[in-house]
Amino acid sequence: MELRPILSAMRRNKFGALLIATQMAVTLAFLANAITLVEQRAAWSSRPSGLDEQHIFVVTTESVDHQSDSAAREEADIAALRGLPGVVDAYTTNMFPMQGGGWIDTVTLTPDQKTPTAVTANYMGDEHALNTMGLKLVAGRNYTAAEIETKRPPGDPPYSGLILSKALAEKVFPNENALGKMIIFDSDKPAPIIGIVDRLQGPITAATGLFASYEEYSVLVPYVLIGETNNYMVRVQPGQLDTVMKAAEGKLYALDDNRILHSKSMQQVRADAYRGDHGLIVLLTSICLALLIVTAFGIIGLTSYWVAQRRQQIGIRRALGATRQAIVRYFQTENFMIAAAGAAVGIAFAIALNLWMVRSFEMVRMDNSRAIIGAIIILLLGQFAVLWPALRAASIPPALATRGG
Amino acid sequence: MFRYYFRLGIRSLRRNMVLTGLMIAAIAVGIGACMTALTVFRAMSGDPIPQKSSQIYTPQIDNWAPERPPGDTPDHLNTLLSYIDVTELMKEHGAKNQAAMFATLLSVRPEDPRQKPFKANVRTTTTGFFPMFDVPFKYGRPWTAADDESRSAVVVLTREMNDRLFGGQNSVGKIVRLDSEPYTVTGVLDDWQVMPRFYDMQVQPFGRSDEIFMPFTRAIDKQMKVLGSIQCNGDGTTAFEGLLRSECIWLQFWVELPTAADAAKYRAFLNNYAAEQQRLGRFHWPPHTNLRNVIDWLRYRHIVPNEVRILILVSFGFLLVCLMNAMGLMLAKIMGRAGDIGVRRALGASRAAIFAQCLIETGVVGLAGGVSGLALTALGLLAARSLLTKNFVALAHLDWTDTAIAVLLALGATLLAGLYPTWRAAHVQPAWQLKAQ
Repeated sequence: MELRPILSAMRRNKFGALLIATQMAVTLAFLANAITLVEQRAAWSSRPSGLDEQHIFVVTTESVDHQSDSAAREEADIAALRGLPGVVDAYTTNMFPMQGGGWIDTVTLTPDQKTPTAVTANYMGDEHALNTMGLKLVAGRNYTAAEIETKRPPGDPPYSGLILSKALAEKVFPNENALGKMIIFDSDKPAPIIGIVDRLQGPITAATGLFASYEEYSVLVPYVLIGETNNYMVRVQPGQLDTVMKAAEGKLYALDDNRILHSKSMQQVRADAYRGDHGLIVLLTSICLALLIVTAFGIIGLTSYWVAQRRQQIGIRRALGATRQAIVRYFQTENFMIAAAGAAVGIAFAIALNLWMVRSFEMVRMDNSRAIIGAIIILLLGQFAVLWPALRAASIPPALATRGG
Repeated sequence: MFRYYFRLGIRSLRRNMVLTGLMIAAIAVGIGACMTALTVFRAMSGDPIPQKSSQIYTPQIDNWAPERPPGDTPDHLNTLLSYIDVTELMKEHGAKNQAAMFATLLSVRPEDPRQKPFKANVRTTTTGFFPMFDVPFKYGRPWTAADDESRSAVVVLTREMNDRLFGGQNSVGKIVRLDSEPYTVTGVLDDWQVMPRFYDMQVQPFGRSDEIFMPFTRAIDKQMKVLGSIQCNGDGTTAFEGLLRSECIWLQFWVELPTAADAAKYRAFLNNYAAEQQRLGRFHWPPHTNLRNVIDWLRYRHIVPNEVRILILVSFGFLLVCLMNAMGLMLAKIMGRAGDIGVRRALGASRAAIFAQCLIETGVVGLAGGVSGLALTALGLLAARSLLTKNFVALAHLDWTDTAIAVLLALGATLLAGLYPTWRAAHVQPAWQLKAQ
């Protein structure tokens, strides 16, 4: 294909070519960054929490009046929940993954250490906690009933042992077997690590910022937290979630109706926690699709105009023996050249935009391959968009050359 | 003349409906995306208390060691205060008004036995809260400083809470049962809502707000549960007594300082206070304090999430592409009519006349794009509301300012984009065009 005639034709339409190239460059820059952000948020919001989420719900009870016998009430509640048909297990927890905020504490290795080794979620539970959450124990053992203490202010009993998430164990003891090692967690006394679970996600789900950096760090301590507000986590047999959720509320009200109950399935908890991330994904994807469509129409519009302008010349070329394919190829090559220029500028622009967004908006760093993907999309889009006007150009009859002045 | 050009413009637009439709659609979607993001942003970054935002301040004191665990502020200052510091700050009466506060959740048992008990958001604060934030009263008045002093069981209700509990009647002097204890109503607020809730942004700053107010001293006395974060640096405890003696931070404190001189004086006081704490041995580091007014505070606390900023950026990029697109189409359209223009020029129309005529035609496209863009914005806001956290966008709605911005933006941007094609049109050589015919 001879490029010279294309270049000289383009020189006569400088502005239009420039307009298309710029449009493509800007589209590419935003597209590449949007792909990066969508990928990050999609990966972030689909991380497994470690829990058997499909079969778990949490019911929160708040007593209306002050109660003196909270411990007895909690015991009665949890015994009733465990006894319900369809319930696999249940336990009393201080918080649950993805709830939005919660108990965060620090791990240190020595008592006088000023900067903590890790910042981590502090989950409390009894020997039923692992089974209720459906966590996978990868090393060590679960708590026994005898090790469980009741946490009630003032004064907390020391921990007999700690169960850590694997991510935290690897953070505190990199390249070592953490099992059996002593750490100081939220108190002055060291306690041994007795178990490690595959994963247990923290309560905070912000995708950026300080909290995101320790989202996978969790400790489960052998405590039952008792107060006037209690969270009961319940795991049910497959297919029974809705029935058991209703039955649980009924049962708890039957035990004591002087309380306020809220139940929420873990799936709902997840949906609420990542609502913002999903919203961002949907909005960015729609804007990008619209961006591509608009750019395509821009190409179609301007190329059609060029075709209309050059009807005469195209007719002459056809009369001089150019085939239809040659005409189509002419416009495709022309578009490819414009798009290639746009893509080159666009890649640079995409990287610059990303660097700026990283600094200003805690944006994730873009992998340069995303800019390449963007460039390929843009080039394909150009070829696709130019097809219709190019085919129209190819259908110009050679006879046109003989007509008019 | 204008009307003639306008009619000519309309006629020319109608001649090529597809091209015109594409142009209008490009501008409309660009404006729609942009305005959706912008409306959300404007709603979120609004000044919650415009008449006083530069006179109300919150002090910050570093009561943790410099080698503290990492925090989420760039200057390593805490965003809450300890009870120790708040008690000391309250003793200083350098401010016109001051208020210490924290949020709690209490159960309310309505008098009407048919209504179920429910939980209400309670703001425990000092009486300075009401005059400082210009809180309007419908019935009664705030509790008195003496009530603060004597830890009285008194409350102020919001209008909504009063409607719910007393059917909107004047309830001053009536009793409300909170966590099974009786509280006397001293006042009922008129409609009052600050968005965002700048004085405590921990729980849903754009969401459900405080419903009941009661003396801070009373809440401390009753050891009420803190709704919000309690951050400790080593000396953590879950016992309330211990919390009061600890360096844990969990309280908000605001002061009203009407003039710059007052603020400077308060700044000096804060520094002296920290220096004295260092002398007393409580702090082993030099004073590190700050005093921020409402606007600075909102910026410092990143009230507009990065997600919204990114969406704004992307939608402006989108608008840019849409405008370039419209520009290309306009160029094609106007140059396609070079023949007509040549004839008009040959018949004596001046360049200025051609320029004006094309510009009006462009303006019509811009206006149509702006109006359709507005409709798309309304749709976009609906989508944003259902997609993003309600907390973000509940308050975003189109007002007259947004409408004006949208139409002006569309018109301005389109005219700008139309400038080059119009200029090209004005420079059509009549002789050349006529010859080509």
